[in-house]
Amino acid sequence: MSFAVHTYGGDERPRMGFFTDTSLCIGCKACEVACKEWNRIPESIQGFTGHSYDNTVDLGANTWRHVAFVEQRKELTPDQGLVEHAALEQLAAQTGLQTYQEGDGLRWLMASDVCKHCSHAACLDVCPTGALFRTEFDTVVVQEDICNGCGYCVSACPFGVLDQREDDGRVWKCTLCYDRLKDDKEPACAQACPTNSIQFGELGDLRERAERRLEQLADAGADKAQLYLADDDDGIGGAHAFFLLLDEPEVYGLPPDPVDATRDLRTTWGAAAAAAAGLGVMLAAAVLGGRR
Amino acid sequence: MSAANGDGTAGATSYYGRPVIKEPVWTPEIPAYFFAGGLAGASAGLAYLSGSGPLARRAWATALAGAAVSPPLLISDLGVPSRFLHMLRMAKVTSPMSVGTWILSAFGACTGGAALHALTGRLPRAAAVCRPAAALLGLPLSTYTGALIAQTAVPVWHGARRELPAVFAAGAAVSAGAAATVLTPPEHAAPARRLTAIAAIAELASVLVMEQRLGELGEPYSRGRAGTCKRAAQALLGAGALTVAGRGDRSRAAAIAGGAAVLAGAALERLSIFRAGFQSASEPRYTVGPQRARIAAGETRGASRRASSP
Repeated sequence: MSFAVHTYGGDERPRMGFFTDTSLCIGCKACEVACKEWNRIPESIQGFTGHSYDNTVDLGANTWRHVAFVEQRKELTPDQGLVEHAALEQLAAQTGLQTYQEGDGLRWLMASDVCKHCSHAACLDVCPTGALFRTEFDTVVVQEDICNGCGYCVSACPFGVLDQREDDGRVWKCTLCYDRLKDDKEPACAQACPTNSIQFGELGDLRERAERRLEQLADAGADKAQLYLADDDDGIGGAHAFFLLLDEPEVYGLPPDPVDATRDLRTTWGAAAAAAAGLGVMLAAAVLGGRR
Repeated sequence: MSAANGDGTAGATSYYGRPVIKEPVWTPEIPAYFFAGGLAGASAGLAYLSGSGPLARRAWATALAGAAVSPPLLISDLGVPSRFLHMLRMAKVTSPMSVGTWILSAFGACTGGAALHALTGRLPRAAAVCRPAAALLGLPLSTYTGALIAQTAVPVWHGARRELPAVFAAGAAVSAGAAATVLTPPEHAAPARRLTAIAAIAELASVLVMEQRLGELGEPYSRGRAGTCKRAAQALLGAGALTVAGRGDRSRAAAIAGGAAVLAGAALERLSIFRAGFQSASEPRYTVGPQRARIAAGETRGASRRASSP
């Protein structure tokens, strides 16, 4: 089943996206601020969480970029660990790997999360009003003048990205700066990122770049380095916003095998049709069963 | 990860225990609609099949009442209720909510015509079309709601996509049977009592099958408020159906008491399923655990890929 709809004809543009290289993130939150400012998003003060430096908590109606902070104790064993450490130190000097702190083995993982702009987007599939649509850049955007706040997309998203805005009732999420893209500008978060952890570009180029970076990190001993959502054959058909992670996805609060529920649509509708038929049989049995 | 104790959900790590997916934003109007819509849908079928007697008239009235309260329940749940007509901008098969909106709209119109004729005798020619149409539309109206919540990322709902429509169908049937039992004099209510008995068994059994198939993932159905609602629903469905089947043919009081208990049970079962969705969404292990188990079992490679050459 092909989900890609090419209805833009001559107006179709290259597939654009984000490659978020978390090994370069320094946790400055410039992306969060730039996003809020450009998109005029209301404040979302969550209080002091005590979860490292993360007081943003999660993505939602008023948070379209969220920087996660993970603190890990990583043992430095004399044989293997020091070699790895030295290799990573060298890599840090060469390439600006920002994720390791010196000395006591405290490892910092920082990652700027965002709407994935799935190739098979469950939010878009379930939206009953057509408020969610696929743009000419293949990204996924909510039209604020159409959304009636039915909330279906909130439960459909396998990443917990969308949410209803209080005192507004509509659902909001990252637009991948659709307005800026139309003017050939890069999204606000990518422009604000000081370390190039957030890279914006054509999806094909970004994937090639990510591939090289993954090999580089793996060679240097970052054994858990992995590309997340960088391929077309995962449960969401690949994402337009994909990531290079240094640990398993769930460590960052990301699902390891997200699935677009539409993949199971035939099963679901089949079960509903069978149940409807069964209901008919049950009603007939009850009414006609007594007329013997 | 799942091998440690055979639990599909244990051992999953998380980001400060935060949920991976969002809890639904739907309000209690939604399970109320699941109940009312199912009651209306199955009542139309019961009314049509039982012809034109006292039972049929009351079942058409019930269908009309259910069809009348459903849109207000759905509209009041919207974030922007004044935009409810945006639901009719398009028809999308990938969105059970869109499909359901059209089914409910058509069902409402047909049930209006059928009930008008059943209660007043007016518009007989329109009723000849409306009656079978309402009865037929009532069937998917009773089950699409199961598909609607199954077509989400909520683990206990999506994981039960094969069973939820059947649970909702049985719940609709038992509601229609019980409502007709309550409203109809016992001498005319035999089909309603039979429907109540058959559908109560079907409802209890289908929930049991659903939980069996879900295994560890189905825990939220038995925990917290969802569990309380489910146990109350089981007790009310069982006791009510036994009362209706045992004494409903002789005692109007027993029929009314038993029928009311069954109706309450059917409504609580919807509420239990609704609450369980929230409970499963709020704990990251229910989202991450089954996904890790799929990867461990080799059913999928997951969304991550490491470097090809070490």
